[in-house]
Amino acid sequence: MTVTEAAPKPPAPVRRTGDVVFSGLARAAGITILVALAGVAVFLTIEGFPAVTAPASAMGGKSGIVLYVWPLLFGTLLAALLAMIIATPLAIGVALVISHFAPRKLSRTLGYLIDLLAAVPSVVYGLWGINFLAPRMVGLYEWLEENLGFLPFFTGPASSTGRTILTASLVLAVMALPIITAITREIFAQTPVLHQEAALALGATRWEMIRMTVFPYGRSGMVSATMLGLGRALGETMAVAMVLSATGVISFNLISSTNPSTIAANIALQFGEASGLKVNVLIFSGLVLFVVTFIVNFLGRAIAGRGYKGESR
Amino acid sequence: MSTPTPTTERETLSSRPGGRHDLPLTHPTLPRFAPALVGVMAVAAALLVGLLLGWGLALMTLLAVLVYAVALPLWARIVEGTRAAKDRLVTTLVWSAFVLAMLPLVTLMFEVISKGAKMLTAQFFTYSMRNVIGEGGGIYHAIMGTLLITLFAALISVPVGIMAAVYLVEYGQGKRMARVITFLVDVMTGIPSIVAGLFAYALFVIFFGPGVRMGFGGSIALSVLMIPIVVRSAEEMLKLVPDELREASYALGVPKWRTVVKVVLPTSLAGIVTGVMLAVARVAGETAPLLIIAGDTDSVNFNVFSERMATLPVFIYYSFTQPGVPPEFGEDRAWGAALVLIVIVMSLNLVARAVSKLFSPKTGR
Repeated sequence: MTVTEAAPKPPAPVRRTGDVVFSGLARAAGITILVALAGVAVFLTIEGFPAVTAPASAMGGKSGIVLYVWPLLFGTLLAALLAMIIATPLAIGVALVISHFAPRKLSRTLGYLIDLLAAVPSVVYGLWGINFLAPRMVGLYEWLEENLGFLPFFTGPASSTGRTILTASLVLAVMALPIITAITREIFAQTPVLHQEAALALGATRWEMIRMTVFPYGRSGMVSATMLGLGRALGETMAVAMVLSATGVISFNLISSTNPSTIAANIALQFGEASGLKVNVLIFSGLVLFVVTFIVNFLGRAIAGRGYKGESR
Repeated sequence: MSTPTPTTERETLSSRPGGRHDLPLTHPTLPRFAPALVGVMAVAAALLVGLLLGWGLALMTLLAVLVYAVALPLWARIVEGTRAAKDRLVTTLVWSAFVLAMLPLVTLMFEVISKGAKMLTAQFFTYSMRNVIGEGGGIYHAIMGTLLITLFAALISVPVGIMAAVYLVEYGQGKRMARVITFLVDVMTGIPSIVAGLFAYALFVIFFGPGVRMGFGGSIALSVLMIPIVVRSAEEMLKLVPDELREASYALGVPKWRTVVKVVLPTSLAGIVTGVMLAVARVAGETAPLLIIAGDTDSVNFNVFSERMATLPVFIYYSFTQPGVPPEFGEDRAWGAALVLIVIVMSLNLVARAVSKLFSPKTGR
């Protein structure tokens, strides 16, 4: 591509109508994307703005929009952070299996399996979480309350349904894992073979080779993958809406039946019956979620972009 | 790119008993069957303890893995040394991580199939939920809704997505706007689906008034999610088309736009089709935006431009959370619909991969 551009231009380039139309269409499509993204921000702001002055009756008795959104934002961040703490190490392990540990023939199939994990619709994860996972977590929560109850996270009383924020985070972790894995395994696979062979030739074991060549090469990729997984976990709606039994408190207690709600789940649960200013309040909370995920994704992509530039030969 | 100096390794070597001077050329290793042997013993030990204490399967498995993760590195440490032991420990951990990640997929598929399979009757596919209380009824209306809304979403996003990719690859090289678009498309892939739904609602409220519900709104919301996926995959595919093909076409005097339409796009067609199918699979399972803008109904609605429209994911959600009395029938329908949805999404995925594998031009790798 660069070669054609560098070539000296003919004195009077012919402007064909077809070319003008076609390149105009392509340009328009590109601009459409910019407009769409801007439109998301603009329309959410327009419809969300009336919420700033909304009366308490539209916000479930909270006296201000900040007081309404803050507990939801807290729940969103807490659930997403927990999910990342669970998902990141697992995802990096899985990515290493696919890129370095599994036999080459097997690794393709294993990659497909992980991709299928990403293909399961979120509402089905919700069904699974509420029906399969939550009841099986009850025993663990009771054990945690008995033995680790002195920690603020496990003070209990343990939920008898298992529909806690920790269960919701586990489901979120399952959903974020394939995203993190997909990006990290690609970066791991790009590690220069010469570096790896050099390490092995020096007598390094496979783990030492990975620590000396794969991890340093893929560091920025791992960070940005985690950020993108975080973005997914922040915005995930249905699984949380179905699994979590939310009461809207602010609490670090992970295993009780009174849990903070998340922005996305709150919108999904309330929007059907909402009318009037309540809709604007919900849209405003959606705008907050949009801004938060935008920042997280922006940082993730920026780190990834910087990483590629720095690491390339 | 700086490779870390292997200082750690040198230290471990010289700190071994005997120093670095009398290093043997070979070193003792565990027999090849060592992992299998330790595995069998770990399972046996876990079974023994578990049966004696009356544990469940989950606890026994956990114990077996723990025993394996301790015993094998310990044995390796005695025979092969610390570094090899660490290597074996990491191998165990990494593989356990993989198995752990697979558990949700396996249990989920088992759960959905065992609960949903009995619902798959002819009636389930051909009846709607109109005037159905209790048993009976079907998901015809929801399947149609999902098909129509996804179709319209694809009609919007495929042309826009592919043309944007053409712009990025063929026209935008090195331009500032192309760089901005590439970056924002990446960021756009991370938009939460519910925000896309709110966007569609906020847009339509201006034209149709508060409380608007419309299938086409769902298509708009889904295309916000779908466009970036199409752009990304189509861009990758267009980049793979060798420049020689373009230059050969130019040399014959073919205009640029005809080169793109007749040479570049057909060459990368398989990859683009794959990307589109994966994007469709991704948005067909979206619930949150449709919950907001398309709503739910019990009747068949073929008109995407007016009134509420049921879709499979929303049907699953409402059937499960508001199953009616008695709840069994609603929940059964939810599982049946979940199975249908998973089959649709997964077969789209598999067919997409088959297309890319069978029809793509062979690349260097």
